[in-house]
Amino acid sequence: MSTDRINSLRNGPDENGRFGLFGGRFVAETLMPLILDLERAYRDAKQDPEFEAEITDLAAHYTGRPSPLYFARRLTEHLGGAKVWFKREELNHTGSHKINNCLGQILLAKRMGKTRVIAETGAGQHGVATATVCAKFDIPCVVFMGATDVERQWPNVLRMKMLGAEVRAVSAGAGTLKDAMNEALRDWVTNVDNTYYLIGTAAGPHPYPEMVRDFQSVIGTELREQFLETEGKLPDAVVACVGGGSNAIGTFHAFLDDPEVAIYGAEAGGHGLETENGHAASMNGGRPGVLHGNRTYLLQNEDGQILEGHSISAGLDYPGVGPEHSFLHDSKRVTYAPITDEEAIAAFQLCTRMEGIIPALESAHGLAQVMKLAPEMSADQSIVLCMSGRGDKDVESVGRYLGMDLDS
Amino acid sequence: MSRLPERFSACAKQNRPALVTFVMAGDPDPETGFDILSALPAAGADIIELGMPFSDPMADGPAIQQAGRRALNAGQTLSKTLQAVERFRQQDADTPIVLMGYYNPIYAFGVDKFLSDAKSAGVDGLIVVDLPPEEDAELCIPAIKAGINFIRLTTPTTDDRRLPAVLENTSGFVYYVSMTGITGGAIRSREAVGGAVQRIKRHTELPVAVGFGIKTAEDAAIIGRDADGVVVGSVLCTAVAESLKDGKGGAQSVEAVRAVVSELAEGVRQARR
Repeated sequence: MSTDRINSLRNGPDENGRFGLFGGRFVAETLMPLILDLERAYRDAKQDPEFEAEITDLAAHYTGRPSPLYFARRLTEHLGGAKVWFKREELNHTGSHKINNCLGQILLAKRMGKTRVIAETGAGQHGVATATVCAKFDIPCVVFMGATDVERQWPNVLRMKMLGAEVRAVSAGAGTLKDAMNEALRDWVTNVDNTYYLIGTAAGPHPYPEMVRDFQSVIGTELREQFLETEGKLPDAVVACVGGGSNAIGTFHAFLDDPEVAIYGAEAGGHGLETENGHAASMNGGRPGVLHGNRTYLLQNEDGQILEGHSISAGLDYPGVGPEHSFLHDSKRVTYAPITDEEAIAAFQLCTRMEGIIPALESAHGLAQVMKLAPEMSADQSIVLCMSGRGDKDVESVGRYLGMDLDS
Repeated sequence: MSRLPERFSACAKQNRPALVTFVMAGDPDPETGFDILSALPAAGADIIELGMPFSDPMADGPAIQQAGRRALNAGQTLSKTLQAVERFRQQDADTPIVLMGYYNPIYAFGVDKFLSDAKSAGVDGLIVVDLPPEEDAELCIPAIKAGINFIRLTTPTTDDRRLPAVLENTSGFVYYVSMTGITGGAIRSREAVGGAVQRIKRHTELPVAVGFGIKTAEDAAIIGRDADGVVVGSVLCTAVAESLKDGKGGAQSVEAVRAVVSELAEGVRQARR
């Protein structure tokens, strides 16, 4: 790893929460004292060996870390290029990488003496992970979820309810992740005294992008060690899907200062970038703006009104992206490419049939990117995908998309 | 020169708070919206807050959310909002106008162009909900340089330690948000607001206006005992919503808003009797 700290890409954010132009604290005054408190509490916890020890212990015994590094033999043979590996975050407790962040933040919420937790969710993976840690730590939990997403991800809605969470369907806008986040912010501004807002992605006002990244960085740190141990070198490329971008930043961060490792993020290309309002690729199809507490690439019209966007994957169906990704996009360290609904579905099917692993539709976007890259690489090279979540929640909507007979 | 100081001192001379009315620009459609705006001064509004509609109004309750949605659906843009102010100024040179909204449409428009267009249209001040003092370099400082007041929100969570930082670059007036919550919610204790206003007044010479949750003439009268201004918004947006016939506004919408504003104007005149 580079020892040149001044030119390191891993130094962000600055004291104002900026990653270059991006990030910041664009929130209403009512919330400002709260996020300053949160920042102080987080700095304090980071210094505390007990906090770290508790996270490590829970990661091992509750989440099941480290997650395995898996060589996808049949996919490798099929694609006929680089060796394809999966970092198996879908094997974590609750079925995705989201638990890494939720455990960190729930411990922080407890340290801060908060007695109520709220969260937003798209695919429901973060909602389930939040409901899970709230059950474990006995804290009441309200999850905001777009009405459209409640419908297309109902297995996760049931899981949240069984875990004791209250799920509030948000019918404003297109009823997706953006609207859920608006409603969560409205709740937070109303219940400032007792409520902890457990944001699920590496976005929102500072310190959330930094904090969520730190809690997710275990993915890349483990992966780096595992790969060095297995192959005696670093991988040639790492790939992850990017909605808000928490699994991606968690995967990428350990490799940012390793120039020999190419890094790719797969954005939701929906029906294709040429279809107006038909995708959720904020970096490839948007421009910088301010929403949900931070400056970042956003899908917006000429008047600065935020567009709804579209993706078959509820977890990627968000018109923005975490600010650190915007920074890495502008600095060209990471290549972000759009993957269409159709490409993601094809990758979903291929992975299921060839590896016996049903990927989340979100992760299938990353896999589609791997399918484009691996054949162009040589057999002595390696490419690693962060398999961020499992696809049990998606089998019904994929079946419907493919016109499979669901009744017989 | 901002019209705000003069208007506040004129109201103070009458020993009453200023009535600050919020309406959404272009609600329910650009023409009716303009007629509503035009009718406000005669109905008794001392200061006008004109909402710049935004797709994601995170600090607003249902009434103002829907007003913004109606305006956007009818084709309102920031450009059209500035044109409406310009047109209003041709008939009213004195009533202060404060634009209120969120940062992204301004950022997309371009900060410098926005400030110069707003200044020449006759805008006196800005309230931008998602720009706290920590982001002053974005718009607050440039606005002050352009001769436009930047009005800051202070809230029940703004403690004495933080208050000086919040007030530092505030001009025109201070907007005290009466509760933690979104617009149109319920004030828990109207009496407690008075204490909060007094607390802010110990830190600043600026007038203090109170908003969020003021719905009736009686609310306006009670809050107006201590406050230099009372801000009313959600009830006016609700009046517009209820005036629609088959989803369309018209003369009846203007009349509905006028009636509510007249009643509130009576309320502020009772405040210190």
